[in-house]
Amino acid sequence: MSHETVQPDPSGHFGVFGGRFLPEALIAALDELTAAYEKAKDDPEFQAEFTGLLKDYAGRPSIVTEAPRFAEHAGGARIILKREDLNHTGSHKINNVLGQALLTKRMGKTRVIAETGAGQHGVATATACALLGLECVVYMGEADTKRQALNVARMRVLGAEVIPVTIGSRTLKDAINEALRDWVTNVDSTHYLLGTAAGAHPFPAMVRDFARIVGVEARQQVLDLTGRLPDAVAACVGGGSNAIGIFHAFIPDEGVALYGYEAGGDGVETGRHAASITGGSIGVLHGARTYLLQDEYGQTQESHSISAGLDYPAVGPEHAWLHQTGRANYRPVNDDAAMAAFRLLCRTEGIIPAIESAHALAGAIELGKELGPDATILVCLSGRGDKDMHTAARYFDLFDADVREEDQQ
Amino acid sequence: MSTRLTEVLAAAKAENRAALVGYLPAGYPSVEGSAAAARAMVEGGCDIIEIGLPYSDPQMDGPVIQRAVEHALAHGTNTRHVIDNARAVAETGAASLVMTYWNPIERYGVERFAEELAAAGGSGVITPDLIPDEAAEWIAATDKHGLDRVFLVAPSSTDARLKLTADAAGGFVYAASTMGITGTRTSVGNRAAELVGRTRKVTDLPICVGLGVSNAAQAAEIAGYADGVIVGSAFVRALLEAETPEAGLDAVRTLAAELAEGVRSGR
Repeated sequence: MSHETVQPDPSGHFGVFGGRFLPEALIAALDELTAAYEKAKDDPEFQAEFTGLLKDYAGRPSIVTEAPRFAEHAGGARIILKREDLNHTGSHKINNVLGQALLTKRMGKTRVIAETGAGQHGVATATACALLGLECVVYMGEADTKRQALNVARMRVLGAEVIPVTIGSRTLKDAINEALRDWVTNVDSTHYLLGTAAGAHPFPAMVRDFARIVGVEARQQVLDLTGRLPDAVAACVGGGSNAIGIFHAFIPDEGVALYGYEAGGDGVETGRHAASITGGSIGVLHGARTYLLQDEYGQTQESHSISAGLDYPAVGPEHAWLHQTGRANYRPVNDDAAMAAFRLLCRTEGIIPAIESAHALAGAIELGKELGPDATILVCLSGRGDKDMHTAARYFDLFDADVREEDQQ
Repeated sequence: MSTRLTEVLAAAKAENRAALVGYLPAGYPSVEGSAAAARAMVEGGCDIIEIGLPYSDPQMDGPVIQRAVEHALAHGTNTRHVIDNARAVAETGAASLVMTYWNPIERYGVERFAEELAAAGGSGVITPDLIPDEAAEWIAATDKHGLDRVFLVAPSSTDARLKLTADAAGGFVYAASTMGITGTRTSVGNRAAELVGRTRKVTDLPICVGLGVSNAAQAAEIAGYADGVIVGSAFVRALLEAETPEAGLDAVRTLAAELAEGVRSGR
């Protein structure tokens, strides 16, 4: 299958994946969004405004950093980090959020809702809403509000209302359900600022297009640094927006292998994981046909990951398609491997990655051993790890005894 | 081919009244208990029963139905039980429908689901998150097995989408009274009447109105302009609030009787 063809098709399909599996009540809003986005895409004024915010507000372009001491543990391959952790708000999420927030203004809507898992998308959304004067409501699974209490505080400081979701598994998927319920009720005034390249058309394509600056910059930066394209690009995959963002510019480069690392949790074989492609099957969730974790009756199964941002039982439809066509490879990385890579990057390079991004780092360690010392691997360091200090301190037992006792209570 | 659903709707029309449609998820308080409740709703006066298929991600349902569905899933209710309940309803002589989000059908097997439901005496299926644009396989399977496929229209639907949806639908067109999720409301407002009027211009199919209807007065109001009145959360709430299974059966039977009177006093 040719990857030169434009994806998705006009009705939002990537091969058999994608589409629109949402109630008719939301179709008018999806059509409105599609039209607004198509218009903005070709509008120099919108693009100038978006690019301007990315540069003067988010801090783009983000740099690339070579990681030689880390690379010694990765078979000696050359490892280059794309530093999305250095963006304003601390992750790649700001790229998509600024694009959609500008679009919200264009559509004349005054209220934004969002879901968040780790809290990074919620923080980015709250930030953009503060900047552009939009009302902001963020739905977050109750389990995640506890894992990521600091991000809850950040969102509230920025003026957002954070609503803990207490139904279902109380994680990201339930936050999306609750946001969809809000959206269908308030669709006239409200834009649903979805945080990943998943969901119903036009979200997967639109989010990808707002996120693809990551790969566009990195491709040129690697060329400038090494004189050639990388042999492989590695990124973590939950819903998959940072991965599709860094992959997209490389898709036509057939010599560049693409690797997406899913959250393997306790191990795919244990059933306690969030690896939708490796350990799931084809179905429909949250508006799109894709790979998801489901039982024999099509009930969504709970995902498990030490990383709140990857703890999602499905994946964006374009990844499903890239997997099916063989253009990208998807592999699971277990919690322990991710945490080992997390610590390794901290100790060898003085960079604290998000636990999400640590999945890509763990993948790169194995990939480097496979590809050998002549290989160059570009890794998307999708976010910084400040938000994960509590999880890391618990995992590595870093709290002093009295603090640990308090923490356990 | 005519289903029991089309016969029941035609009979109500002949009596110059709207039909009463009651919704209940399978598996609350138990699979057998929900079948008994559905029978009680028919005894009370429901013409048509929608058996809800409990789903892990009910995006268009409010807290009442979410609670019942969570219970049903936690107690192991599955697609086979839903088909069994649809059979139990069909055996009463009422029209039997299944209401389900799309993924459980896709996972069970589109063809297999249609075949087994038709064999159980089901008339059709309501699919709230499947739009005709994505329904090619479903349209083929329901045509083959003689099932009515009920699609939804909403106040936000354009005239072009009303026509596209009605042209693909069978049995009736489900008009969502308001923009929102399931749950009782004090008023369904006038957007429902407007939507029914707009839909009538593009189809001869009966049009039933749902979302937010909970009492006889609302039922009577809607029966004034729609071919059927759909009540869901109010029945589920009656079951949830009942202290014993017997009290639950009495409560849904009584509610059905009140609503049945409502749909007969609307014109």
